Amino acid sequence: MTTKKEARARRALFSAGGYHGTGLLLAIFFLAPFAITILSSFRHGTEARLPPIPPWPTTGVSLDAYRSLDSFGAGVWQHTLNSAAVAIGTALLTVIVSLLAGYGFSRYRFLFKNALFVLIIATLMIPFQSILTPLFIILARLGLNNSLIGLTLVYVTLQLPFSVFMMRNAFDAVPKEIEEAARIDGARDFRLLVRVLLPLVLPGIVTVAIFAFLNSWNEFLAALVLLSDNSKFTLPILISAVRAGRLGAIDWGAVQAGVTVMSVPCLFVFLLLQRYYMRGLMAGAVK
Amino acid sequence: MTLADTVSLPVRRPRPKRRSPRRSQWKGLLYIAPAMALVIVFFILPVLFTFWMSLHKWPMLGGTRFIGLGNYIRMMSDSRFYSALGFTAYYTVIITIAIFALAFPLAMFVERQRRMVGVYRTAIFMPVVVGLASASLLWVWFANVDSGFLNPMLAWLGLIDLKTNFFASFDSAFFIICLMVVWKVAGFTMIILLTGLQAIPTELGEAARIDGANRWKRFIYVTLPLMRKTMALSLILSVTGSILAFDQFYIMTAGGPQNKMISVVYYIFNQSFVSFNLGYGAAMSLVLLFILVLISIFQLWLLRVGEDRP
Repeated sequence: MTTKKEARARRALFSAGGYHGTGLLLAIFFLAPFAITILSSFRHGTEARLPPIPPWPTTGVSLDAYRSLDSFGAGVWQHTLNSAAVAIGTALLTVIVSLLAGYGFSRYRFLFKNALFVLIIATLMIPFQSILTPLFIILARLGLNNSLIGLTLVYVTLQLPFSVFMMRNAFDAVPKEIEEAARIDGARDFRLLVRVLLPLVLPGIVTVAIFAFLNSWNEFLAALVLLSDNSKFTLPILISAVRAGRLGAIDWGAVQAGVTVMSVPCLFVFLLLQRYYMRGLMAGAVK
Repeated sequence: MTLADTVSLPVRRPRPKRRSPRRSQWKGLLYIAPAMALVIVFFILPVLFTFWMSLHKWPMLGGTRFIGLGNYIRMMSDSRFYSALGFTAYYTVIITIAIFALAFPLAMFVERQRRMVGVYRTAIFMPVVVGLASASLLWVWFANVDSGFLNPMLAWLGLIDLKTNFFASFDSAFFIICLMVVWKVAGFTMIILLTGLQAIPTELGEAARIDGANRWKRFIYVTLPLMRKTMALSLILSVTGSILAFDQFYIMTAGGPQNKMISVVYYIFNQSFVSFNLGYGAAMSLVLLFILVLISIFQLWLLRVGEDRP
């Protein structure tokens, strides 16, 4: 009896070991590339060309890679600022526009309401890659070519199907009684939306903002096509130019620094607001 | 009094009812107006404009000329367009199989209620939140023959020669790109599949176990059929995402050895913004759009089929 119990305990321990061993290996496979890149970016400039063996700085921490990254384009600060302006602008505008639209679709009745809602959602079926050519011409006609504002507006539009859907569901989930009580207290329309309903749909807003921020921070093709002025480049465009090389030589230290600058904010935002991110993912998956 | 009330009520009531919907009519429209304006200007209009442009010879500078179906006729005899379509199809099939081959076991691994499982889930998911461009740049350095990490490591394991240049041949470059994409996307597919796995009632597995089904049989006859809907969804997401692939080929191989890695989007990009044949680019965009709408319709059908037979 005891031997049987012992055997079972041993087997459980063994399977736990196997489970966590596998888990550890998987975690290393998925995280090591980040760790190696970030650590390598702090090596001395003389080491930048060498393989990262070992992957950490051996001759003292240095910012050489970041300094050489700064020598590309209009300086890494300018390009980080461009990326941040576009990403934060997209997140803000997406929240405002989808908040209003979600409220409208959830609480008002008007002509063609369902048709218009389906129209917004249906744009998901059409890949933006296939409308990039006319988008380029239209933005030029509007005087928004080669401008971060034009790029931001395009990104907001791309976020809308998901965001409007999210916000409408968020408003649908708010009990009508709360609204009626607030109406009796004299709050109407816009004030009702801002004072009473906003805190109630805040989780939805956070989800919408995270996705808008990450997607626009990371987007590559539209930025590549729509921005032609060197100083307007967002980070992905700048770093891919660094990777293409200067005078036939590629500065890998600058690439490592660039990947670090691009990835760390995403990882940070995700780890901080993981719950809201996953909610958005599930909503997208269920739909 | 009571009589007046009962008489006046039906008269008084319809009035605000008739007026308020009309007022809320335009109020509702006002709330959705910004969203509609953006969608119309930056989405509906471009889609219609794509069609118009595809009927023209449209250079970047200078006048445009109506050429009817000229661009489409040219497309039919454009061998580079066909090879782009062929390569995109090849990439889509291989990468989808690779992602599923990894993501399914991962989903089953992180489904179990164990300590640390949340940490593993988060770790596996981390590459999903960085951009495809960042991931491409990271891995192109990783796989670089002189300065990368893969060569010394794989050589140390005795798998390759230290001086193997991964980007010199199609197959090895393609392998590195697939490795990067699987690393970046597997966590996403894993989470989608995980939602499907968690939706399966545990009683079903228990019942099958009591009936004497072993682990493999339970997987084939209980888990897989109940996962049909989730699988269809993640399959479609993977397929549409792969058909639109661009970043990794542009950044990692710049079209690859002998221009063999030009995907459809890459070819449209080249025609539109490198050779400035905007009209021809629009015509090909429309074909791409058509293919993807077909896939979306197929997706809706597939999901509906799943509904009929739960």
